[in-house]
Amino acid sequence: MSDLRDLYQEVILDHNREPRNFCCPPNANREARGDNPLCGDKVTIYLTLEDGVVKDIGFQGRGCAISVASASLMTEMIKGKTAAEAQALFRRFQASMTGEEEVGGTDDLDKLAVLSGVREFPMRVKCATLSWHTLAAALEDAAEKKISTETA
Amino acid sequence: MTAMGRSQAALTFGSNLSDFDVERVRADFPILSKRIYDRPLVFLDSAASAQKPQAVIDAVRHCYEDEYANIHRGVYYLSAQATLAYEAARAKVQRFLNAREDREIIFTRGATEAINLVASSYGGTFLKEGDEVVLSALEHHSNIVPWQLLRDRMGITIRVVPINDAGEFLLDEYEKLLGPRTKLVAVTHISNALGTVTPVAEITRLAHAHGAIVLLDGCQAVPHQAVDVQTLDCDFYTFSGHKLYGPSGIGALYGKADLLQAMPPYQGGGDMIRSVSFEKTEYADIPQRFEAGTPHIAGAIGLGAAIDYVTALDQEKIAAHEQALLAYATDRLSGIPGLRLFGTAREKASILSFTIDGAHPHDVGTILDRAGIAVRAGHHCTQPVMDRFGIAGTVRASFGLYNSFDEVDALAAGIEQVKEIFG
Ligand SMILES: Cc1ncc(COP(=O)(O)O)c(C=O)c1O
Repeated sequence: MSDLRDLYQEVILDHNREPRNFCCPPNANREARGDNPLCGDKVTIYLTLEDGVVKDIGFQGRGCAISVASASLMTEMIKGKTAAEAQALFRRFQASMTGEEEVGGTDDLDKLAVLSGVREFPMRVKCATLSWHTLAAALEDAAEKKISTETA
Repeated sequence: MTAMGRSQAALTFGSNLSDFDVERVRADFPILSKRIYDRPLVFLDSAASAQKPQAVIDAVRHCYEDEYANIHRGVYYLSAQATLAYEAARAKVQRFLNAREDREIIFTRGATEAINLVASSYGGTFLKEGDEVVLSALEHHSNIVPWQLLRDRMGITIRVVPINDAGEFLLDEYEKLLGPRTKLVAVTHISNALGTVTPVAEITRLAHAHGAIVLLDGCQAVPHQAVDVQTLDCDFYTFSGHKLYGPSGIGALYGKADLLQAMPPYQGGGDMIRSVSFEKTEYADIPQRFEAGTPHIAGAIGLGAAIDYVTALDQEKIAAHEQALLAYATDRLSGIPGLRLFGTAREKASILSFTIDGAHPHDVGTILDRAGIAVRAGHHCTQPVMDRFGIAGTVRASFGLYNSFDEVDALAAGIEQVKEIFG
């Protein structure tokens, strides 16, 4: 039960119940969609990107507590960052999820540390990283803006 | 709501618990004594794939240790032994489904390959543009996508029989879909997502009355009940070995001999020919025509052992035990506030699909897993069923012959834990 409590920390349950930035911002000019074909979950990330800065960000979709909380936390953190900063944060977060790096060290990574319990649940890591992969696709404005957990 | 007593549940369904000794049965399955996170394993995912009894494990092992060689090819002793064992397994499948002849049984990798075989070989030969194939809203993706591939190739039309809120196949709607263009009806015998038993005899009778042939997907049916393809009068019937306590990678397709004989091969290769030259190849007779290449020899032998195991236990007793479990579990779970059951057909197999308010099926699955309980969470390869109910997925607990009433209690306790966390 203790690792379940580590996974489902109060912050995560809170973001799941009341996701932040759960909308499409009115001036969004970028979007990308992420799918988890194994469970049918989906997330769409919307960005208002101006002069290389994420002026606004929102997401919509459906998913488990881990994926919703991760997307919600991500939007809070990314707003106001440059595209380069956001990409760097994505790489650090991904490295922490796969256990290559400890989570923490900066304010942002400290906030994301609430997701570190996911590392004990390898089947759920994709749930936590899907929205970040989708964000990266939206930032790159890649031609193929459909991300799948099975190819990401 | 008070839980229905176990013995009462058993009595209601005519199962005398002393008659079916689940503890003794459990001892036949080595994996069931495993502990997961230091908890006893509660395996409730047999609909995805069932665990294997020692008899099946031994049969596969015996094949490799004592009588393995390629079949239908060698003149030597071991090849003859292996061929005999492989063909004996075919005869077991024949008796299991009560097919008229053993050449009406084709070994495939599983139901998926069998359905693709029929769609490609029968559909590709005898269907033409504008012809209609009727499916139901309950189908597994493996009984949808092969027909879509055929549609893209041949320009056929797919019609879908709807289900009601209980997840029941709507016979009257089905009848309305049947017409002069209907050439083939492909329907699941039991829904893997909801447990619904479909009225296959009536479905077949009506299809035949319109001159259409019928394929039944029996994946979820054969583990739960005896099947007689002659009584059903279906034209094709298929199932996968791994859901019937047998190995994975092996399954069977039953087809009426005259239909199979009229069909071209599905794949080309060794073992399916009479003679080959670069100008012309003559195909082998059935069933070899449809078994190109070296098959899963040990798998077929293991499947034969699984059939022996299930029939020795007595399929009627298995069904009675599972129905008692289903009644008890349905009663236990429907008493939990916030739990919603999907699939409440009058006639159903021991499969329970449900959601819990405020908790995503994946999260439920993870929490149950830490309690040692294995369930499936998601869409179960039946996205149209999920869409029908406007949900992304469910948690599915499916009960096999080795599941006990204690395990239903463990599931209920696990769900309480979910509610504690997500409450
Ligand atoms: C009803 C039904 N049909 C078809 C299949 C496909 O079986 P397999 O993957 O063994 O080919 C399944 C298995 O999930 C099933 O439950």
